[in-house]
Amino acid sequence: MPAQPTILLMDDDQDFLDLYREMLGQHLPSMPEVRVANSGTRALSILQSEQFNLLIADLNMPKMDGLQVLTIARRKFPHLRLVVLTGIRDEQFRTRAYALGVDQYWLKPETDQEVGLFMESMESLISRESQEGFRGVQSKGLVDIIQLECLSQSSCVLKITNGTTEGKIFIQAGEVFDAELPGMTGETAFQRILAWKTGSFESLPADPSRVRTIFSSYQGLLLNTAQAIDEAASAEEQPVVPSGEGPASTPVQNSRAASLLAEVSQMEGVEFVLALGREKNRAQEFWGLDNPKPISEFTKETLDNFRTLGERLHVGELQQITGFGLQHKVAVAPCGTSDVCVGFPAAVSQEHLRDSFKNIISKWAS
Amino acid sequence: MGFLSRLFKSAEPGLVHLPSGSFTVDKEGAVITSTLPQSFPSGHRDAISQQIMAAFRSAKRAHMPLNEIVIQYSALKLLARELGEGAIIFLMPQSLNQQSSVSIKKSP
Repeated sequence: MPAQPTILLMDDDQDFLDLYREMLGQHLPSMPEVRVANSGTRALSILQSEQFNLLIADLNMPKMDGLQVLTIARRKFPHLRLVVLTGIRDEQFRTRAYALGVDQYWLKPETDQEVGLFMESMESLISRESQEGFRGVQSKGLVDIIQLECLSQSSCVLKITNGTTEGKIFIQAGEVFDAELPGMTGETAFQRILAWKTGSFESLPADPSRVRTIFSSYQGLLLNTAQAIDEAASAEEQPVVPSGEGPASTPVQNSRAASLLAEVSQMEGVEFVLALGREKNRAQEFWGLDNPKPISEFTKETLDNFRTLGERLHVGELQQITGFGLQHKVAVAPCGTSDVCVGFPAAVSQEHLRDSFKNIISKWAS
Repeated sequence: MGFLSRLFKSAEPGLVHLPSGSFTVDKEGAVITSTLPQSFPSGHRDAISQQIMAAFRSAKRAHMPLNEIVIQYSALKLLARELGEGAIIFLMPQSLNQQSSVSIKKSP
């Protein structure tokens, strides 16, 4: 990134562009270089040829609208910060913009106070970008966040979200008291949450009524967890011969997948599981299927088609597809670098399907 | 003709508001009835129906016939129910507070 921050401003109103170019370029303390584009195609071609820290985009543009530009920008330039600055007061567009991954959504300021707030916010965004190491907890691992909370003797509940799964870690006066995931609590849930590679977190007020189930010190707990994760990772590198036990012997690729499938196969009401790698070789692991090919084709085709549809409609990430039939129910979702498809008997209730699928996805994401 | 077409020139494509509503399609994905506003582009509606009918067909090919499919995006939910040889498709835009939390927030 260049030393002087750079902003690209996109709007179809030339007067607005002139005004904001001057305001941002001359009145922000970081004195950014501001380029402007009066159409979506122009903005994309500028982004292609130069590096920027921030794109400020209007939504209501002729020909290529703001949502289209933001979709392409998010995919092609994942590190670019995106801000919407628009006159559209419609909650749906705010939702869709955030679903596409924008950092902030602003209505065009109408008062001096609003202009001031907008300018402060833009300065904060670009300075966070340029001051490496001060981006805060966003780029930290979970272990760092837990250490931070425990060292400062705080009491809080860390709500951690990984895809559609939510976990909670209860911290009381700098000690980890309990952890919770769908279907599990205590140290097991804590280890499972810490094995997640990505996600987001929210720090909620403490829950003093929570019963303590974890009695190890936080240092010991983190050490044990790190050890367990290391052991799992080294076991993963050693291929094992499939055991051939259970319904339709499972040609699993590694011991981690084998143990996951074994765990999932014990879950009530699960008929089959198939995980399909999204990389070129499309490695697949499955349990409970004699012939995985048709389900594998259904999973790939359906998720690919609806991903494309989602991009066309600008409605954000495809989270899950659920299908209900007279003989089967099925749930399909993208999960990390895989697509996962789980089959259930038709008699299973929707709540059971939802909870079981959440649980399976959380195990897979770990 | 030139004068009329200048008067009634179709509006430039702009931002598309996702409506709540439903429409029915035949087995080819052609629209039979619709409660969606005319401002919703027919191209979008056709793309939705084609993908949904393709998903029903694909499930059938996988020996797992389905009569209902729910597709959940961050900002939209689609629900499709098979009706004989066609389907009824519901569009349900989602608002921010209906979604699960995905952002990083720090409560006081």
